[in-house]
Amino acid sequence: MSNPQLIMYDEEFKQINVVIEKLLREANAKVIFLVDKNGQLITGCGETERFDTTSLASLTAGNIAATGGLAKLIGEKEFSILFHEGEKDNLHISIVAGRVILVVLFDARSSLGLVRLRVKKASEELAVIFGRLVQKSEEKEKSGDSDFPFAEITDDDIDNLFS
Amino acid sequence: MSFINYASREINCKIVYYGPGLCGKTTNLQFVYQKTAPDAKGKMISLATETERTLFFDFLPLALGEIRGFKTRFHLYTVPGQVFYDASRKLILKGVDGVVFVADSQEERMDANIESVENLRINLAEQGYDLDKIPYVVQYNKRDLPNALSVDELRKELNPTNVPDFEACATTGEGVFETLKAIAKLILFDLKKGH
Repeated sequence: MSNPQLIMYDEEFKQINVVIEKLLREANAKVIFLVDKNGQLITGCGETERFDTTSLASLTAGNIAATGGLAKLIGEKEFSILFHEGEKDNLHISIVAGRVILVVLFDARSSLGLVRLRVKKASEELAVIFGRLVQKSEEKEKSGDSDFPFAEITDDDIDNLFS
Repeated sequence: MSFINYASREINCKIVYYGPGLCGKTTNLQFVYQKTAPDAKGKMISLATETERTLFFDFLPLALGEIRGFKTRFHLYTVPGQVFYDASRKLILKGVDGVVFVADSQEERMDANIESVENLRINLAEQGYDLDKIPYVVQYNKRDLPNALSVDELRKELNPTNVPDFEACATTGEGVFETLKAIAKLILFDLKKGH
């Protein structure tokens, strides 16, 4: 399959949060989100409670997908950075490790140059962590050592979801 | 593909409603939105034209509850049905876990239904998916209309592989949750099988 399932483990989740929290401080940003290319929010930090994070994740992924489609039309692989400038707040959106989207929201207290610089460094660190994550889930799959929560799922479990 | 987060104990899956223009994909989502408790749903997003035709997609996040201590979330998407939005449809199918095909039961929409199913198969194949292997259900919508074909006729043309299928009237909500429940079930069992 073109895009294997993303599985997040505790250890890597903590490491990722450390990286984006550092990025939040160093880039003077308001909020940072990490989104799966399929539109699912992975994590976020900063003033996240002010935003509808689920919608934001889905629209970001739609945005990346649409610009990716545009890129292919003109013979590019993808556009790895998108920048949206607003009156007060701006969005810097970039692709990390080919499959995760890093969204940085910032205002006049920061600048595009600073954000770009810090994002570049953080992206390298995140790419290493996501690389490890993919490796880890592949190893777990190979060894059959799966602690998958739904292995024992029954019809009743699913029916209960809708009751 | 689904996203399993052991850190926050969440599992997220993506369902796409596919079908020809004006078959009722958005209406399906709207009904689910209306009938879901506020704490179980997020905001419904519709990227539509001024005449309320879907331009890019509709999006509705649903939190259904917990299974074995894991929060189970479904993200419902629709595609734009009109033929010329094919590039957008391809994008929305990325990372899909299950597909609902919404067919328009009206006799004059049969060709559009068939064209749309074929388009679905092709677009899925481009993403590396096989329609015969992924969780898939069919909904025969607009059963209340006088010019609706019989279910047997629709089934013969649109559901040759005998996947679960449902009669519906999305405007009144008949069949809407049955369809959703069926696809959710298939996805969760598929996940179980994959592990």
